[in-house]
Amino acid sequence: MTNAPQTSASTNNGPALAVCWSCKGPVAWGALFCDTCKAVQPPVPLDHFARLGLKRDFDIKVPVLDQLYFGFQRQLHPDRFAAAAPKAKQISQSQAVAFNDAYETLKDPLTRAAYLLDLLGEKVEGEGAHTIADEELLMEQLERREALMEADNPAAVEAIARHAKVDAEAALSALASDFASGDKIAAKRGYLRLKYLVKLGEEARARRARLTLAR
Amino acid sequence: MLLQIHEPGETPLPHETEKGLAVGIDLGTTNSVVAFARDQKAEIVRDARGVGLVPSVVAYFEDGDPLVGELARRELLDNPEVVVSSIKRLMGRGPDELAKLGDALPYELGPPAEGGMARLKIGERLLTPVEISADILRGVKQRAEIALGRAVDRAVVTVPAYFDDAARTATRDAARLAGLEVLRLVAEPTAAALAYGLDSQAEGLYAVYDLGGGTFDFSLLRLERGVFQVLATGGDAALGGDDFDHAIAKRFMAERGAKLDRDHVKQALVTARLAKECLTDRDDWDGFLDLGEAESEHKLTRAEFEKLIAPFVERTIQIAAATLEDAGVTPDQLGGVVLVGGSTRVLLVRQHVAEFFGKPALTDIDPDEVVAVGAALQAEALTVGSDTLLLDVLPLSLGLETMGGIVEKVVERNTPIPVSRAQEFTTYQDGQNAMAIHVVQGEREMVDQCRSLARFELDGIPPMVAGAARIRVTFSVDADGLLTVSAKEATTGVESRIEVKPSYGLTEDEMAAMLRASIDNAQDDMERRLLTEARVEARRAVNAVQAALAVDADLLSADELARINETIEMVERAMSSTDRAAVQGAAEELEHRTKIFAERRMDRGIRKALAGRAVADIGG
Ligand SMILES: [Zn+2]
Repeated sequence: MTNAPQTSASTNNGPALAVCWSCKGPVAWGALFCDTCKAVQPPVPLDHFARLGLKRDFDIKVPVLDQLYFGFQRQLHPDRFAAAAPKAKQISQSQAVAFNDAYETLKDPLTRAAYLLDLLGEKVEGEGAHTIADEELLMEQLERREALMEADNPAAVEAIARHAKVDAEAALSALASDFASGDKIAAKRGYLRLKYLVKLGEEARARRARLTLAR
Repeated sequence: MLLQIHEPGETPLPHETEKGLAVGIDLGTTNSVVAFARDQKAEIVRDARGVGLVPSVVAYFEDGDPLVGELARRELLDNPEVVVSSIKRLMGRGPDELAKLGDALPYELGPPAEGGMARLKIGERLLTPVEISADILRGVKQRAEIALGRAVDRAVVTVPAYFDDAARTATRDAARLAGLEVLRLVAEPTAAALAYGLDSQAEGLYAVYDLGGGTFDFSLLRLERGVFQVLATGGDAALGGDDFDHAIAKRFMAERGAKLDRDHVKQALVTARLAKECLTDRDDWDGFLDLGEAESEHKLTRAEFEKLIAPFVERTIQIAAATLEDAGVTPDQLGGVVLVGGSTRVLLVRQHVAEFFGKPALTDIDPDEVVAVGAALQAEALTVGSDTLLLDVLPLSLGLETMGGIVEKVVERNTPIPVSRAQEFTTYQDGQNAMAIHVVQGEREMVDQCRSLARFELDGIPPMVAGAARIRVTFSVDADGLLTVSAKEATTGVESRIEVKPSYGLTEDEMAAMLRASIDNAQDDMERRLLTEARVEARRAVNAVQAALAVDADLLSADELARINETIEMVERAMSSTDRAAVQGAAEELEHRTKIFAERRMDRGIRKALAGRAVADIGG
């Protein structure tokens, strides 16, 4: 069994069939196009991994993701439907939106981790997210921010940014192995650490830009 | 080159002959360019002397049609009071913003239009920037129609990547007024990349540095086997070659011991532009500034000129650096930098670009024409079909005003479009039955530092305690970068949906009135478009039924089949008429008379699927 979007949604309760909006005949649930009349079909609710035909896994090769995404957009982007009937245009837009959303979420390891944790029942972002009280992480965060605020020349800020970058890379590979070994709690902690390291890097860059301009 | 329009032996379907050609239009601040593509080769539409640039200048004399282009530009010195130029800078700007420009705005402001859109007093007329842009587009369209020998009614129109929603909407409205259906609004740098990429089969990361008359755009793209993916975009919608002209004009006026005021700004700018253009291939310029009452002589060396414009050029490099840094890309990773826009002819610009990127920029395609070339290629792709794919992004974040005037971002900039995002809000007072929704665009944290796009109200919220209502606001941005916002109260389903019209945009009534007044008699145009849409829909319905018959005709008795075929013929007949109601009615009738057929097809589908499952169960 492949994990292509067309088949990923079939359930044990019976065949997954939908009605084609255009020819009103049967169409496989989740199919992008009707086999009979070739009309584009609306997106069905799928998680981002399934939509792109990927295994639900943190370890994603970005070039693979890119190729899958381009392949779907080649078929579904509204530019392909510029001369189509209004309803087909509208459906192509909602398909393109769904694939953009999936791609954007999975492309960046940070949003991918948050999304995957959410799927695994460990919500880390938005409403209902539980944070963890991690003294060690909190202290590290406070110290580094303080150091950043005190750094008053571009070179010092640059050093902090570089340090954050190196640590972020290490945190990312640690996170990948936590996901691989199925340790959700460690993955959650790893996610929060990676998130603040990335943010620290961004703040450092912004501060360096300000300091450079001020000279 | 002569473009061959009619293929020998070509017999287009009746409903297709009415369609005109689709062109690409670069509606620029200083100049506009129109191009037409066929078989992935684009040609700039030129006048008899081979000139492709149409000055984006309109002259409004008391009687007669507006003059557009070179003819209008020639009136700048003699009749500056009736001539409008650089109108693109004012697209989507509200009256307050224009008033703030003060003397830098070379026009008198009239009372705003009903929808709040700013109007300029030009001679005896009151005109919105949208109407003036429409006149430029009409001129460009006519030029194409003369050269191509056929009606032009659809276009890909380019906009600066950094144009906000208000300016994009204004551009689309202007095209509509000019009798052009906008196939797509495409970002200028993206169009330029398309022109280059298709030409050279380039792959990898490319930057587009686009410095026009009034706008600066910087875009980072990835080119890969026909995919043009915009990764990040940055810019300044009010920075361009016009600023160079202003700096020179100010200097000349200062040398005369005067300030750059509204009475003299147009003439001073004409002289300034001459000096600037001269300094691209010479080391010094001298000439006279004639302001009617007195003539003065001025000199400018290239070194002096470069000193005047250095701050503007420096700012473009800062924007480029920040955009690359945001995307995590360093200049050495780039395969090339494409230069776009007339202002990139200035030597200092080329020097700074080469220095920052560590390589000379690509200029194989004329920087003044490359955007129109890309637009024409995209127009062909959208009408004829193509394997290339443009994936663009939202240039500026979209958000909502929350308590204390703080912006809550709903869609971040550089998100691929089309995109749809929702955010939930709640009431903050017991029994609150309405909620004001204020949509803004920009990167800053406070509402008053962002662009206000629209305000609307969701009312009819049933009385609840504070914090109990769940109001879901959805932002949808289409592939043109245009926004629609809807709001819905989740517990009751009260809904409110608006297409975001800028707070000071044209109202539908104003648009309709302008369409009525326009010489193109766009009312007919509108009806024609609705008819085309009805025919496309009827064609789809017929094709769908025929496809179904090809597979499942055995589900019908001979009589039933005959009746359906009769109905199809009826739809075909209706489609060749110009009666829109008849076309729609026939298509609906077809839908109605094929209901039973559809039901039997579904039954067969379900039976088949069950049988397949049974086999699979046995096999598994
Ligand atoms: Zn179908």
